[in-house]
Amino acid sequence: MTILITGATLPDGTTTDLLIDGGVIAGRGSGLSAATATRIDAGGLQALPGLVDLHTHLREPGFEQSETVLTGSRAAAAGGFTAVHAMANTSPVQDTAGVVEQVASLGTQHGYVTVRPVGAVTAGLAGERLSEIGAMAQSRAAVRVFSDDGKCVHDALLMRRALEYVTTFDGVIAQHAQEPRLTEGAQMNEGPVSAELGLAGWPAVAEEAIIARDVLLAEAAGARLHVCHLSTAGSVEIVRWAKARGIRVTAEVTPHHLLLTDELARGYDARFKVNPPLRRDEDVHALRAALADGTIDIVATDHAPHPIESKECAWQEASFGMVGLESALSVVQQAVVDAGLLTWADVARVLSRIPAEIGRLDGYAAPFEVRSPAHLTLYDPAARTVFGREHLHGMSVNSPYLGRELPGRVVATIHGGVPTVLDGVLRDAQEVARG
Amino acid sequence: MRHLLSVRDLDREAAVGILDIAEDMADVATRAIPKLPTLQGRTVANLFFEDSTRTRLSFEAAAKRLSADVITFSAKGSSVSKGESLKDTAQTVAAMGVDAVVLRHSASGAARVLADSGWIDAAVVNAGDGTHEHPTQGLLDAYTMRKRLYGDASRGRDLAGLRVTIVGDILHSRVARSNVWLLQTLGASVHLVAPGTLLPTGVETWPVTTSSDLDAAIADGPDVLMMLRIQSERMHAAFFPHEREYARQWGLSDARFGRLTAHTMVMHPGPMNRGLEISATAADSPASVILDQVTNGVSIRMAVLYLVLSGGAGA
Repeated sequence: MTILITGATLPDGTTTDLLIDGGVIAGRGSGLSAATATRIDAGGLQALPGLVDLHTHLREPGFEQSETVLTGSRAAAAGGFTAVHAMANTSPVQDTAGVVEQVASLGTQHGYVTVRPVGAVTAGLAGERLSEIGAMAQSRAAVRVFSDDGKCVHDALLMRRALEYVTTFDGVIAQHAQEPRLTEGAQMNEGPVSAELGLAGWPAVAEEAIIARDVLLAEAAGARLHVCHLSTAGSVEIVRWAKARGIRVTAEVTPHHLLLTDELARGYDARFKVNPPLRRDEDVHALRAALADGTIDIVATDHAPHPIESKECAWQEASFGMVGLESALSVVQQAVVDAGLLTWADVARVLSRIPAEIGRLDGYAAPFEVRSPAHLTLYDPAARTVFGREHLHGMSVNSPYLGRELPGRVVATIHGGVPTVLDGVLRDAQEVARG
Repeated sequence: MRHLLSVRDLDREAAVGILDIAEDMADVATRAIPKLPTLQGRTVANLFFEDSTRTRLSFEAAAKRLSADVITFSAKGSSVSKGESLKDTAQTVAAMGVDAVVLRHSASGAARVLADSGWIDAAVVNAGDGTHEHPTQGLLDAYTMRKRLYGDASRGRDLAGLRVTIVGDILHSRVARSNVWLLQTLGASVHLVAPGTLLPTGVETWPVTTSSDLDAAIADGPDVLMMLRIQSERMHAAFFPHEREYARQWGLSDARFGRLTAHTMVMHPGPMNRGLEISATAADSPASVILDQVTNGVSIRMAVLYLVLSGGAGA
């Protein structure tokens, strides 16, 4: 399919036409024309490179009542993403070459996004022995990110070995930093709000202690460490220190930790129950500043779909997690772009180039250059809508933003030259699968 | 008053109003036939997802004295053990036609979730939710304090100037939370005494003073000394080393009881661990209002059921 995009504003602020053909950027400049091309008038729209999520739960295989590779891919495309990294806590767990290849091939078959499976660090996420990291790395899925996300690799020896072992494959350990004993039964951020609500607290130190340990282990191993969903001001300080010391650590923050605080727990509405929990206002501001100054490298959604009954219950009986793919860009705009902390070029960096680099995903190094793969999204930052269920395209509706006004709207998403969203509407699955 | 979920939803006027109605209800108990026809034809469902014989009996007695029909659901041996949710249980009972649900649940916020959910139309009365609140306990404690202070001249009064010291497991206590907020609303000052492990992180934002020294708190001559039940399973989570050490540091022993001023009233929400957080001498002394608390509990619960079911004034 040939596509001509006219008048798009690139992240650097320049305006250009883009010709897409053969899955790549075939031409760039003003006054491009192509007689048979599908035309997209991008006047007033912000062009961004295709977004890359380093932290997505697609739930297939095993939890197809919450999400599947197809429905999660559609949610991703609707949010402007062209690649997602699918976390390993499926059933069976993504801890063998067979499972990761199956997940990757489902992604390829559906075509909305590139699905990059994350491999489990430990077999069955049990935290006892390493999984088949080498086999997953050398499989057709070419896994480079390994994580027990949902659980912390809390055994220090196992974490050390994992860090040392993945250097063989240029892999990275993405750690869910949560000291398990300090968070037994934890329900929300530990502080004045948890004290009033009588909900067991999840203390900041339970995250910070693990990050502090892990950056030292990474330094000793000379390995790459990635910190998932960093959530506290103290964690920011530790990562800043580690980077200054030359340790190979990267860190992510979720959109919800950039916008929402633990005050939202007051109504006991389990849509706001997430792990790590929503923190204090001071933490939110520290995370925003850290994203702006580069201490935090990327934004990742931690899209975590759950069926209705998992949230329609008392808080402490509810599951942790929120869906986030469809709302991510809008939340980032509201939290850090409209606040003047990040430019659109920064957004391109934290939501596309760097997450692709961390995941060793090719094709995102030089977006909008001629001959680069055509992964991009067109976004209207001037739109404002009340976020509703019609904006959700996965199977689950556990979004904390329902009923909240958010800026921006994804107008088009193009994955490898194939439009997955046009005129703000997801394209039909069969059309997308045909390419 | 539509529901009673938290004492924080009550302002001074509403709280004093409930206490005053409870005075009227207490008068009923002295009649030859201690029963009012007020809630005839109305049905109150006691949904107890967590064991509590005392609170359940108190609510049952209250509803029956107001001539309401009472149906009781206890989690033990019920479909809750088969995994039925709060939503399904509440809707099932509501489908049988109930006007008020009295909910005891181990999850903090369960009553709020039920009231906000739209699952049922009935009024919701929180009979204790996890470690959050126990509003009728807070009210009956305030009622008991006021009655001891002012006797028959209690009506219309708050607790301005009263100095209340609460001792024990504040972290896990819904009784402490309801007392802290309600006593503040009523003008009393609250001092909390506990080991550092049993004070919640964030307690510094509460309208209270705190310390870990019970002897100093007693020397301070409080008007009310409220001892909380200590649960032995807390020892296993390293909140304190063992019962003897707890009793030595934070128990109301005979010696400490002997140092209380003559006017100090001793309270306990029950059930008591005699010899652990409170000595038998203290519990059974004239200073103790522990049985008054039980008696007054029925009056308070009558008042609350009356208010939520009659749509009467109050809040």
